[in-house]
Amino acid sequence: MSHAFVEVQQAAKRFPGARGSDDLTVFENVSFKLEKGEFVCIIGHSGCGKSTIMNALAGLDRFSDGAMIMEGKEIDGPGLERGVVFQNYSLLPWLSALDNVRFGVRARWKAWDEAKVTEHSLKYLEMVGLKDVVERKPAQLSGGMRQRVSIARAFATKPKLLLLDEPFGALDALTRGVIQDELIKIWSQDQQTVFMITHDVDEAILLADRIFLMTNGPEARIAEAVEIDLPRPRQRAEIIKHPHFYPIRNYLVDFLVTRSAIMTSSELDGNGLRYPRAVNPIALAAAGDDAVDTPTAGDPAAIDTDQKLVRFTPKETHHG
Amino acid sequence: MDRTTTEWNFSLNVRAGLLAVVLLVIGLGLWEGLNQVPILGGGGGELSEYEQLMAGADQTAKVPPPSEVLVRAWEELSNPFYDAGPNDKGIGIQLGYSLYRVLTGYLLAAAIAIPLGFLIGMSPLMYKALNPFIQVLRPISPLAWMPLALFIIQDSEASAIFVIFICSIWPMLLNTAFGVAGVREDWVNVARTHELSPLATAFKVILPAAAPTILTGMRISIGIAWLVIVAAEMLVGGTGIGYYVWNEWNNLDLTSVIFSILMIGVVGMLLDLALGAVAKLVAYQE
Repeated sequence: MSHAFVEVQQAAKRFPGARGSDDLTVFENVSFKLEKGEFVCIIGHSGCGKSTIMNALAGLDRFSDGAMIMEGKEIDGPGLERGVVFQNYSLLPWLSALDNVRFGVRARWKAWDEAKVTEHSLKYLEMVGLKDVVERKPAQLSGGMRQRVSIARAFATKPKLLLLDEPFGALDALTRGVIQDELIKIWSQDQQTVFMITHDVDEAILLADRIFLMTNGPEARIAEAVEIDLPRPRQRAEIIKHPHFYPIRNYLVDFLVTRSAIMTSSELDGNGLRYPRAVNPIALAAAGDDAVDTPTAGDPAAIDTDQKLVRFTPKETHHG
Repeated sequence: MDRTTTEWNFSLNVRAGLLAVVLLVIGLGLWEGLNQVPILGGGGGELSEYEQLMAGADQTAKVPPPSEVLVRAWEELSNPFYDAGPNDKGIGIQLGYSLYRVLTGYLLAAAIAIPLGFLIGMSPLMYKALNPFIQVLRPISPLAWMPLALFIIQDSEASAIFVIFICSIWPMLLNTAFGVAGVREDWVNVARTHELSPLATAFKVILPAAAPTILTGMRISIGIAWLVIVAAEMLVGGTGIGYYVWNEWNNLDLTSVIFSILMIGVVGMLLDLALGAVAKLVAYQE
């Protein structure tokens, strides 16, 4: 049996409960696959364990249960083939922007001489539009610039899998938009596999090939894997005009607002290994004639009848 | 905006400088004025033989006035390195001996405290195991070690250096441990995701991250070491600024005592400034 590029199987995270009480299960029975070159976003409310999944993939944290495989090898500990961009940038404040990127490049290619390291680092800093401020320390850069340095550092080491933990969470909307465009640009050059946490539905649609939807914790699960079949290259201004945009967006928002809270884990747990159900909101909307009776035009919050995983109550349909 | 700030700083500095000079002049003036040898003979007359023997009419000895101290300072500083026998060496030589002892003991302490502090900071096990010893040893006055040091080492010079060593090790040890333990996990994670070896992590991430805290410890230590050397040299004798102060006291030369007190202060300030400059080099802003 051939493996996907990255596979996570039946992962769980539990914390020991206080004396006498049961363990707290943040999530369990989480399994998914990432294909090479794919851009996957994961969305869910705070506390569902997104960051734990990401940190485990980065090798910085461990699951209580479950296995992670990348290219046929188990993931055990951090490694250069997996790059990480943290929400709080994690730049080393005593190094200049250039030296922060060089730090990564030098660690990646130990045999390179200084000139080559610098040249390569500058290339990536230029890609994120920071050519003129490379000598500044992080404290002298704005939040957006710091995150750009962090992105440049991650991409410059050319990891096979790039993990982004809410990279734009602390940025204002305008800066966020600009850096999203830069991220798309730099990603489309190298075609790395990206796994990204976000809270922003629009951001996820703009960037992702697939979006994993997590139910609320504790005992969270990855409920669905929504396919985003919008044409690439995508642009923020153009994408909202695409007829598929709002159906997809509504579907996601509906999940976050209502369904994530009421989907119960027993509904989602099949026997043994269960991968998130692949959902295509557009196809759903076209096929699900019996369920689409909501006032919102093109609302995809429909049910495919052959899957018994999701059941809507009338209240839910209302919200949809 | 920037300009007004600079102007304000400038004028603040100037005004502070002026105020300091005024305070200095007032202080020295009071000191000088209150320490005048009384008008001779009470009314300009000849001194009696007794009065002459007693150095004027005043029965109580007075602290020498600043003018005398300044004259002495000029004499001493214009020829700081003369050596006219065991009990008569220039101030520069005496300070040199003290600095040599302080720096030797201090550098030995740094060579042990910083690596050990790294270990304690990185390993909770070592921290818990060594903490009781540190807590007991730290509050011991360095001079209390002196008899034991003299007995074991049997050399007064080395004993003085040991006392400096033992007093300057604690702030460096604790600050290093504290700084290393407090390095932000994000930065350590950066090292981990870049597959840095433990040694590379220590030198490229933890050391620069903890350097400002370590330097604070080093600055506290050099201050304490300079405080302690004076007392240690008073005990050990022979050479050094501490011995000089005590020797001049035995000579009843209070002018020299005051002058050497001032020199102790000036050298202590210079040591602190030097470490402050190093601290500036490794400082960073988060």
